[in-house]
Amino acid sequence: MESAPKRGFWEAMNNLDRRIIFLILLVCVAIPLLLNVGAPIPPTRPVQLAYDAVESLEAGDVMMVSIDFDATSAPELMPMLRSALRHAFSKDVKVAMLGHIAIGLPLGHMALEEIAAEYDKEYGIDYVDLGYRPGYIAVMIAMGRDIGDIFASDYRGTPLAELPVMTGVRSYDDIELLFGFEHGAVIDYWVRYTQARFSQRMTFGTTAVMAPDAYPYLQAGQIEGLVGGLKGAAEYENLIGHLGLATRGMPAQQWAHLLVIGFIVLGNLGYFFTRRKN
Amino acid sequence: MKRTVPLVITFLTGFFLIVAFFIPHEPFGELEQRLLVWFAIVSGFTMLLGVDNLIRSHAKRIARTDTGWGHSIALLVGLVVTVVVGAIGFARFGSPFHMQSPFMFVYTYVIVPLQGTMFALLAFFIASASYRAFRARNTIATLLLVSAIIVMLGRVPIGAAISDFFPAAQEWIMDVPQLAAKRGIQIGAALGAVSMSLRIILGIERSYLS
Repeated sequence: MESAPKRGFWEAMNNLDRRIIFLILLVCVAIPLLLNVGAPIPPTRPVQLAYDAVESLEAGDVMMVSIDFDATSAPELMPMLRSALRHAFSKDVKVAMLGHIAIGLPLGHMALEEIAAEYDKEYGIDYVDLGYRPGYIAVMIAMGRDIGDIFASDYRGTPLAELPVMTGVRSYDDIELLFGFEHGAVIDYWVRYTQARFSQRMTFGTTAVMAPDAYPYLQAGQIEGLVGGLKGAAEYENLIGHLGLATRGMPAQQWAHLLVIGFIVLGNLGYFFTRRKN
Repeated sequence: MKRTVPLVITFLTGFFLIVAFFIPHEPFGELEQRLLVWFAIVSGFTMLLGVDNLIRSHAKRIARTDTGWGHSIALLVGLVVTVVVGAIGFARFGSPFHMQSPFMFVYTYVIVPLQGTMFALLAFFIASASYRAFRARNTIATLLLVSAIIVMLGRVPIGAAISDFFPAAQEWIMDVPQLAAKRGIQIGAALGAVSMSLRIILGIERSYLS
């Protein structure tokens, strides 16, 4: 009886069951999360610039917050949204929230209510949720002339004229800073149609995968700062002195990165040795 | 006539919006604002069309018992339940997004975890792909791999702990070669968008009419 040919080590490694890979990744991510460890991450220049942009606001100024993401990007963007809101409310800056991703806006609303409660801020006086209007670019350009033309009322249907926070806020001229949280192409629209046309000051928080798209705008000075990915969120948490989910998530991300690097090296060694043998 | 009227509307709208961009004074400024508000309203109606299309296509699949018809039932039930809880939230609290609204319960405990789970699966596929597909087959692929490893190490604390080289090199990769490539792509895309817009306004590109 003829026995099956013995497979070499690298051939076996090349055909490793992907469920083993999945399991190793799960362990690598779960253990750091369960251990709940995390150290402050020193800020990089783009994050420091974003922090400085909010820091430059004065009490009573209005910061517009745009929720342009949904739950798929929440682990990266929610921590930076919470930090930005904490930063703004700690300086008594008023917040006007809106969003261009309808399914993500409730996430922003929940964060807004949670952080506003921490700082004893009152809805309608210190902050407002304008809600969602369809039409991305049309909404952005129309707000440059009159916000009321697009947002006649807030998300609850209360006319803007009845909300003290919106008193005197008619267009971008009355918005000191826009802080957008982005997981897609909406950042391009903000920059091309709102910054380029109305010279609106703006800074952004993006997912790590979207951050490279925003670098040209940062270098050109069209946006003032950039908080990229979980690391950027952890850096912002460090800057405001309130370490949260991003800082606690960084060890898990670190081990996941190391694991992926290990897999790349192993996979390439297997490829190299089996190719040479063949 | 059926084609000429839409072409004329497209040309006039495009022409006025371009004029309004360069001359934002009356009457162009007001006209532009009016058109933008109309656009936002029409965009709202496209959502209704989307829902109508979704219901029709999945109802057909269920009626024919096509492959995956069970999923279509789940989708339609999900759609109806979400609309109903949204309506209840609106009736009882003035908005479905009120924190006590049943819609927010469904959103927090069903929609968010489902979306999060779907996207989290990506991490497992990336890990699997990194092992099986990221091969240094030639010089360019090797450069890409080395860059990826430097960026991944530079973006986590252990990279800085190993050597200051990793964060610095990561920043350089993002600030110089990555940015140059991205800017080139963006300029190309912008020129393409201008070209396509002109073709549509001038009636050369008519595929949107079919």
